[in-house]
Amino acid sequence: MEQLVIDVEGLQQLLDRLVQQVYEVIGPRVRHGVVTLAPLRSVSELPAGLVEVQAPGSYRLEPMETREGVRPLFVHRVGPESWRHFLHPPAELLWCAERKDGHLRIHPRAAEAPRRAFLGVRACDLAAIAIQDRVLAGGAHADAGYLARRNRLFIVAVNCTSAADTCFCHSMGCGPEVKEGFDLLLTELTGGGEHRFLVEAGSDAGANLLRMLPSRLPERGELEERRRRLRQTAEGMKRSLPPGAASVLARNLEHPRWQALGERCLACGNCTSVCPTCFCSRMAEKTGLDGTRAEHWRYQDSCFNAAHSYIHGGVLRHERGSRYRQWLTHKLLHWQAQFGTPGCTGCGRCIAWCPVGIDLTEEVRMLGEVAA
Amino acid sequence: MVPRVLRVRECIEEMEGVVTLVLEAPGHFAFEPGQFNMLYAFGAGEVPISITGDPTESGVVRHTVRSVGQVSHALTRLRPGMELGVRGPFGRGWPLERAEGGDLVLAAGGLGLAPLRPVLRQAMAQRSRFGRVVLYYGTRSPETLLYREELAQWQGADIEVQVTVDRATPGWQGHVGVVTDLMQPGHFDPGSALALLCGPEVMMRFSALRLQELGVATGCIHLSMERNMHCGVGLCGHCQFGPKLVCQDGPVFPLEEVEPLMKIREL
Repeated sequence: MEQLVIDVEGLQQLLDRLVQQVYEVIGPRVRHGVVTLAPLRSVSELPAGLVEVQAPGSYRLEPMETREGVRPLFVHRVGPESWRHFLHPPAELLWCAERKDGHLRIHPRAAEAPRRAFLGVRACDLAAIAIQDRVLAGGAHADAGYLARRNRLFIVAVNCTSAADTCFCHSMGCGPEVKEGFDLLLTELTGGGEHRFLVEAGSDAGANLLRMLPSRLPERGELEERRRRLRQTAEGMKRSLPPGAASVLARNLEHPRWQALGERCLACGNCTSVCPTCFCSRMAEKTGLDGTRAEHWRYQDSCFNAAHSYIHGGVLRHERGSRYRQWLTHKLLHWQAQFGTPGCTGCGRCIAWCPVGIDLTEEVRMLGEVAA
Repeated sequence: MVPRVLRVRECIEEMEGVVTLVLEAPGHFAFEPGQFNMLYAFGAGEVPISITGDPTESGVVRHTVRSVGQVSHALTRLRPGMELGVRGPFGRGWPLERAEGGDLVLAAGGLGLAPLRPVLRQAMAQRSRFGRVVLYYGTRSPETLLYREELAQWQGADIEVQVTVDRATPGWQGHVGVVTDLMQPGHFDPGSALALLCGPEVMMRFSALRLQELGVATGCIHLSMERNMHCGVGLCGHCQFGPKLVCQDGPVFPLEEVEPLMKIREL
């Protein structure tokens, strides 16, 4: 694959070109002390020199020492939001119903999808998008809204040049190096105190755009810096999911550890809110006051809500431990049977954003050890 | 994803709070016995309801609905001429073809008779395709007997209909007790029988045990599962039952696929 080098001005031109091509560019921006994903138009809006310090139950945005005198733009990793909030939004109108003169009419929602470009998609989140593709568009019944948004998407991915303490993508086989599923891929370089990006195209659309940018061929040292940084990122990951996690869970569906977990878990659903692959949705009706119109909405749901397992006889999963087991076994075990892939990418968001600091890698390890 | 609008032709009140809706479906509404539709009541929402009609009947599609929540309540309040939304049919039905030439054993608990009714209709219409056909039907009390008139018709069409109630009322001459009490040796040939079960999970578990005891092979027992469903097409995540998505992989499952899962508490 051809690799070219652009500077920070070239990155701005990339943004400008995307805007010209009528893409709404969404990228990392600091808001309320966290890196969120929001529309942006300028390189100056990126979280320059900010790094997320993450640990179980903890997330802090802190300025870093400059790297070789440069303030990198992509040294943060993953904040609480993921791209799923745009591709599978937490609230979506599915259809409108109208009752008039004794007749019912049901109108599909106009499938108008925004043309969006995601800037700064990490390897873990690209893997998450690939997983959502299988879940929401890979079966017999595709989610039309998801498919429409997905088909109009332009992805600018970024290789991670450092890992957070909560990251474990390497052990999931999802990162840190981006391998596929992007239009353009950036690797931020700072060697020799020069701030620039190695760019690779992963699609025709990406190649066409790259051709419009002022670029030059990379030097050997720049390709070496890419390799070195990715190696260091992988080696610097402190967490890992123990190998054989799926079979550990399969063997321990009934285990006292679930009950102990239920005593810690608050069933707040934070993990399911920040997870880039969680897709559970509930449907709800919104009705007008005059009784002639109703809207059928899809809302993000969580398997930690009691109502998630409700059938007419009552709730099936009363215990918080049962709900945690549902979530974890779905991610790491049953997802495979349902969609031919695990449901976890190792992004670590659920670890950082759990208010009581439950770490799924640790839980799997404990279940495995007690079993052995 | 958007429902078709169908008109209610007839509402049959089966018992208090239970209505069979006969919907006008232009042409032929093709479905497999055991499949379900998502029924949409205007302003209330959608729920999965099994299809209870005769698969060969043209021009209509039937559902039996019990009023247990907001949506099902709205459905039971529909009147002839009113309209509702229908998506489907969805899911995997009963593997009736496997019963060909052998005996057919049906066990229903309460409203669980509804998804088995298409099987009974088919067995009645093509009686020679099967050996002995036995229906074991358990319900709470004589007042809650579903499809009361048809039970007699089935009996008259060489189908062995055995009924039991949990609680008798004055005048009840029939059996009192659980449905497994009805299952006795000699009713069918366990070596050739295909057993189809639908009802509360506990009833299906014990029926399966009893049938196994009588010699029915595990691989010849199938049951219909129920879980919360919001979409019917595998996208909403609610109907998960371990590795299964009940709306896609089921609702009908071979016993061996779900038996280990049914034993796990709060799965």
